[in-house]
Amino acid sequence: MSNFFNGLLKLRRGPWEMLATVLIALGVFMLMQPFVLWGFTYSFITTLVGTVMFIIVSHFRE
Amino acid sequence: MSEKTVDRVAGATPVLLARKIKGLSDRAIAWIFVGPTIFLLLAVNIFPLIWTVNLSFTNFKANRINRVVDYVGFSNYERILNDPDVWLSMQATAHFLFWTIFFQVLIGFTLAWLINKKFKGNDVWTTIIVLPMMLSPAVVGNFWTFLYQPQIGLFNYVIGFLSGKDASSFEMLGSVDLAPWSIVIVDTWMWTPFVMLICLAGLRSIPDYIYEAAEVDRASKLRQFFTITIPMVLPFLMLAVLFRGIENFKMFDLVVQLTGGGPGSTTELASIHLKREAFEKWRTGYSSAIAIILFVTVFGLASIYVKALNKVKER
Repeated sequence: MSNFFNGLLKLRRGPWEMLATVLIALGVFMLMQPFVLWGFTYSFITTLVGTVMFIIVSHFRE
Repeated sequence: MSEKTVDRVAGATPVLLARKIKGLSDRAIAWIFVGPTIFLLLAVNIFPLIWTVNLSFTNFKANRINRVVDYVGFSNYERILNDPDVWLSMQATAHFLFWTIFFQVLIGFTLAWLINKKFKGNDVWTTIIVLPMMLSPAVVGNFWTFLYQPQIGLFNYVIGFLSGKDASSFEMLGSVDLAPWSIVIVDTWMWTPFVMLICLAGLRSIPDYIYEAAEVDRASKLRQFFTITIPMVLPFLMLAVLFRGIENFKMFDLVVQLTGGGPGSTTELASIHLKREAFEKWRTGYSSAIAIILFVTVFGLASIYVKALNKVKER
C-alpha cells in the first residue's frame, strides 16, 4: 500500500494508471447501475476525469 | 528484370511531374503519400468529432437551420444526466451488453474447443457455424421476427413443444419481460461464430509440445485445460470481448429491426435513444451531448482494455 502512495507521489505510471482505471470503471458502473439516480448524474464526470487522467499518466515514467 | 521495370515506371511518369519530384527528400515524398490519408482521417473522423463537441454546447436543431443558435453551456449535459429516460436506456444497454458477451464467450469458446478436436467433417461444421455472421443485420432481424411469431414462428413452436406450453401463449417481441431476452438471443446467435473464430485462432496457436510435456508430467486433462488452454487463449478471448463490447455498446440496426426499441422503451438501447432524440425530436444539440457521453465511455473502456491486453500478452 505504501508503495502505491510512494508511486503516486513520485508520479510513476503504474499507480496513476491504476487510479485512472478505477475511476473509469467506477464511472461506467455508475452510468449503467439501476440503483440511484445521483450515481448516474455524476457518472460522466467520473469517466471523463478517469479517461483524461489515463491519457496523461500513460506518458509518465515507469 | 527489376531494372527494366524501374525504367518502365520512371518512363511512364509524366515529364512535368518527374521534374517536380526530382530533388525532393525521402521524407517529403513520404509526406506526399501519407498526406491524403491524414487529410481523409481528419475530414472524416476528427472534424465531425470536434463539430459534435461544439454542437453539444448549443441548442441547435437540424430541422431549423435558419434559427439563431445559442450556446447553452453544460445545460444539455445536465439535462441528460438527470433524465430518467436516458438512465433507463443505459440500463437496457447494460443488460444487453452483459448477457450477450456472457453467452457469446461461453458458447463461442465451447464451440471453438469442440471444433479444434480433429474429427470428420470438421471444416463443413465450421462453415455452417460461421454462416449467421455473414448475414446482414437487416436480414437477420427480419428472419428472427418471423421465427418469433406467436402463431407461425418456429422458435415459439420449439419452446412450446419442449415446455408443453401453448406456442401462441407467449410473445417474445411483444412482452415487456421477454423482449430484452429476445434481442440477446438474436445477437448471440449472430455473433457467437465471431467469438468462436477468435478462440479457435487462440487454440490453434498453442503448440502441441506443451500438452505433450504436461502428459509426461502426468497432468490431468482438467489441469491441462485450466493451466495451459485457458491462460493461452485468454488474450484472444479478451480481444473478442473488447470487439463485441464496443460493437454492442453502439448496437442499433438489429434491435431496430426486431423490436424498434419497444415494447414501451424496454429495448431502447442508448444508440436508439440517441437516434430518436436526433432524428425524431430533432434535438441535435442535446443528442450530440448524448453522443459525446457514449464516446467518452467507450474510449475509457477501450483504454482499460488495451492496458489489460498488453499485461496479459507480457505474461
